[in-house]
Amino acid sequence: MESAVSPLSRTVNAKGRGEHMEEAAVQPAHVHAPPEGFISKYIFSLDHKMIGKQYYGLALVSVFMGMVLSWLMRFHLVWPDVKVPALGALAPTGAPGGLITPEYYLSLLTMHGTLMVFFVLTNAPFAGFGNYFLPIQIGAEDMAFPRFNMMSFWTTFVGFLVLVLAFFIPDGPPTSGWTAYAPLSAVGKDAGPGLGWGQNLWAISIAIFCVGQLLGSLNFISTTLDLRAKGMTLMRMPICTWAWFITSCIGLLAFAVLLPACLLLLLDRMAGTSFFIPSGLVVSDRLQNHAGGSPLLWQHLFWFFGHPEVYIAILPAVGIVSHVLVTSMRKPLLSAKVLIYSMMSIGFLSWMVWGHHMFVSGMNPFSSLLFSFPTLTITIPATIITLIWLGSLYGANIQITSASLFALGFVSMFVSGGVSGFFLAQPSIDIYLHATYFVVGHFHMVMGVAAIFGILSGTYFWFPKMSGRMMNETLGKLHFWITFVGTYCIFMPFHYLGLVGNVRRYASFVDDFMAPLMPVHKFISIAAFITGAAQLIFLYNLIHSRFRGKVAPENPWNATSLEWSIPSPPPWNNFGGRHPVVFHDPYQYGVKGSKGDFVMQDSPEQITNG
Amino acid sequence: MAAVGLARRDSKWLKSKEAGAMGKFFAVILVVITLASAYPIVTHKFVQPEDISTHGHAIDEQLADTMAEGGFAFVGAQLLLAFFVWKFSSRKDGSKVTHLPGGAKLMVATAFILVGTEVLALGVLGQKAWADVYFTSPKPDALQVQAQAGQFAFYFRYPGADGKFAPLHPDKIDEGNQNYFGLDPANDVEARDDIVTAEMTIPVNREIHLLMHAKDVGHSFYVRELRIQQDFVPGLDLSLHFTATKTGKYEIVCTQLCGLGHYNMKAYLNVLPQDEFEKWLKDRAAEQ
Amino acid sequence: MRAKLGYIVGLAALAACAVIVHAGPSGGTVSGKVTYEGTPAKQKPIDMSKEPSCAKQHATPITTETVVTGPGNALDNVVVYVSAGAPDEGAPSQAAKFEQKGCQYIPHVLAFQVNQTLEIANADQTSHNIHPLPKVNREWNKSQPPGSAPIVDKYDKPEFIPVKCNIHPWMHGNFAVLKNSHYAITEGEGGFSLANLPPGKYTITAWHESYGDQSQDVTISGNEPKTVNFVFKAKPY
Repeated sequence: MESAVSPLSRTVNAKGRGEHMEEAAVQPAHVHAPPEGFISKYIFSLDHKMIGKQYYGLALVSVFMGMVLSWLMRFHLVWPDVKVPALGALAPTGAPGGLITPEYYLSLLTMHGTLMVFFVLTNAPFAGFGNYFLPIQIGAEDMAFPRFNMMSFWTTFVGFLVLVLAFFIPDGPPTSGWTAYAPLSAVGKDAGPGLGWGQNLWAISIAIFCVGQLLGSLNFISTTLDLRAKGMTLMRMPICTWAWFITSCIGLLAFAVLLPACLLLLLDRMAGTSFFIPSGLVVSDRLQNHAGGSPLLWQHLFWFFGHPEVYIAILPAVGIVSHVLVTSMRKPLLSAKVLIYSMMSIGFLSWMVWGHHMFVSGMNPFSSLLFSFPTLTITIPATIITLIWLGSLYGANIQITSASLFALGFVSMFVSGGVSGFFLAQPSIDIYLHATYFVVGHFHMVMGVAAIFGILSGTYFWFPKMSGRMMNETLGKLHFWITFVGTYCIFMPFHYLGLVGNVRRYASFVDDFMAPLMPVHKFISIAAFITGAAQLIFLYNLIHSRFRGKVAPENPWNATSLEWSIPSPPPWNNFGGRHPVVFHDPYQYGVKGSKGDFVMQDSPEQITNG
Repeated sequence: MAAVGLARRDSKWLKSKEAGAMGKFFAVILVVITLASAYPIVTHKFVQPEDISTHGHAIDEQLADTMAEGGFAFVGAQLLLAFFVWKFSSRKDGSKVTHLPGGAKLMVATAFILVGTEVLALGVLGQKAWADVYFTSPKPDALQVQAQAGQFAFYFRYPGADGKFAPLHPDKIDEGNQNYFGLDPANDVEARDDIVTAEMTIPVNREIHLLMHAKDVGHSFYVRELRIQQDFVPGLDLSLHFTATKTGKYEIVCTQLCGLGHYNMKAYLNVLPQDEFEKWLKDRAAEQ
Repeated sequence: MRAKLGYIVGLAALAACAVIVHAGPSGGTVSGKVTYEGTPAKQKPIDMSKEPSCAKQHATPITTETVVTGPGNALDNVVVYVSAGAPDEGAPSQAAKFEQKGCQYIPHVLAFQVNQTLEIANADQTSHNIHPLPKVNREWNKSQPPGSAPIVDKYDKPEFIPVKCNIHPWMHGNFAVLKNSHYAITEGEGGFSLANLPPGKYTITAWHESYGDQSQDVTISGNEPKTVNFVFKAKPY
């Protein structure tokens, strides 16, 4: 059967490995016109690739901001009497004379968490790489709704500006953590510095962010379901495409809950409602004029979003790492289908576990037991995924590159962070470990570091495609080694501190039992500074390679998925006007009987099982 | 232009001829990290303080069992990763890639049987420790103490000779006069013998029924040695009960972010022999 | 003609007297004592155990200072000041000093003038977050980590302002922001003395943080001292 569209896409007996070819939905000839002029090319671009880079750039700015905030926090914890140069001038109220006040420490903590979870971990792996590569990997010319896509980035950007504005108002940024528990976050400025307009800006910023994410998720879902090229069945999509698709389904539902939660919070703060505030509260000598609200309601709403959110943060990285590993191992996974179904089960179970953040919150203790079972059950798909990776490494021929090192590092981090979750999933143990550094170590390892490793692996892997130049591999490997060892040095000790009962979110450690733990904190802070400094190597590599890197070929990694069948960087319409036809899944590495050790997805070459 | 994809000639960016030293280096570093991480645990360098409660041993056992399971999984997985990377990275050109016998089915079965049953078993067995704390009622003769958490201190109230806690009036709170609870002794007779203190003192080996009241925002009550942690929720009457089995001075610290003074929000818990406790209470009553 | 001369001499004499009176060492003085009747509320000892670095500075615990008494039913910490009859004055150049020491505000009541520089120092090893609670002036609160510089601020309207520490709930004090320099704070036996008052009609007000304020009018005609006493009713609760 000849396709009439382009002479290049010959469909020669496309049955390979027993899979049937399916007609994908009819695509329009082109989704939007080619961009003209600086503004439509680089600013208000409809091109998913530019939008993906914009998201990535926003995440890059956010991660460096978040990192600097964490350095200030770590510095203050171990050297509280040392004046931080220039900080006294930048923050005269928060850090008079360069000495960080307790409320400023909490502002740093709140903004660090908010920037990292929202503007880095939701932006880069999902909106950044997903926007760039999902359409290409399914053979589409762009997203289904390019205008919504553009709006989603700029909405997110406005949300970022509103958040950062909190640093510049007189009362400073909020001090209630990225979790913003009520009534601390709801009663207003009586509750302390930063809880006036700072908290308002936070809630407005996150509400705006939710809108951006909803627009993005709509796009990802529609595009994946409707714009796949001929032959690109769902099971032939690369694992990272699946991860983005599952993440966008989760995101659509999760952000749809966070948005009204933020609006209710703003109503309590500004319109005198009492969703989250009961009667009789005396805050700073003032009786609060509210009645009938429930602080636990905020926690339920927030964590109903918050738990799926952490899977939104990690699943794209799982997808990216799987993709990079397969290419680097030169063999397929033991079963991509099992891994995909495991990701789907994680997505499904993620809705049932939110109460594990609330075991000792005062909710019905029977609920705590109920929540602990799905939480423990999630270990199973997570373990399946890990074992699939490990089992696939057996018999492989792993090519060591910066990208594959970060992917392997991810596997290690995922194991470490996942195991500590096992402790916290049990309510009886959580009685002791809740709100200690054990929790902070857990989520930094399994979400913070692991997801960052996913982003970095994706960056080293896809930079040649996105920019047409190779990154410097020597610098990349150096970056990996310092970061890998450094993050273990920072976050493994957090677990030890937690076992002793070191409480989290403390601006200073003044309790009697804390004194013997200070040397551990010093070790952590120094490791944090060194590891942070090493990120400058990455930043330099990124910028230098963009302009001076060696020119990249179309397929430097000998990979199979569709992004490697187009030029580096791709033209504005990805496939140059042709419609790719897909014959294989993206795991055709080391296949017997094929010429070379891999077969690309759009290759008409037949693969036999013999 | 992108021709449809027959295998390209080997990209120079994949130097499979390389000795593969870096893969082996990864394996070595990972083994070092794994052993270094396990060392402080195995040598008990960072452990919870001595348990002074009647319910805590079940929690400690649960923690120890979980540490053994989790530790085994952690060390096992990391060493397996290290071994595979050592053996299967940057092999000679022409090496064939092979598949693990058993394939994905083996992985799924392993996950379900080994991990799944262990995880659920520990989870199921662990409920008893939780139930001991939360699904039992305080004894009728438990000593009642009320704790109030407010930015940024804990204050405690004992019911006094009449055995009754007077009602609280938030509008009567006057901290300059040490009326932290908002008692109204002028109008409430029961308030006149209530004893308010800044330290929580309890008799050893006697069940305590702790009533928890939040004055302004969320706080939490955490005593490591007692293996107790529970949030104060504004608007909710929560309570805990426990028995301390060893005299001594312990710290109660707030673990729910409550504002700028959160780090400095603590009180001392004194566990005294019964007669010393009664004397202490009498002295405090005289100061009211 | 002779009457006119007499008139002029008489005026000159009066003027001379006025000059002598104003050029003299001082004007009139109002002094007196502030006492209470009844039983004041018991001052309770403050348990600072949550802040060990402060607790150990007090061999015996300090007590609350909402009602401080002296011998002979004297009532201390009363701000006695001229509330009417004297012109508003510009602020003096030296700062009014308020100290946080041993987790206590020293002095418990600090009186100073509108627009006078207020300096608040932290002499303790813990952070304090001082929070004055005005109704008329601008409200603020500020943290001072140990070793940080004194807070320097001022108030531009007269007011009695309760002061508390956000971190240490037992710490309470008062600012008395006054319009002129004629004020005193009672201590010890409860006496006060307001000097350098030119002749005129004055309202003297005595303010106590727990018992409110009372006023009495007094007229100064020459140099002779005037006595004004205040008696406050104490309450047991």
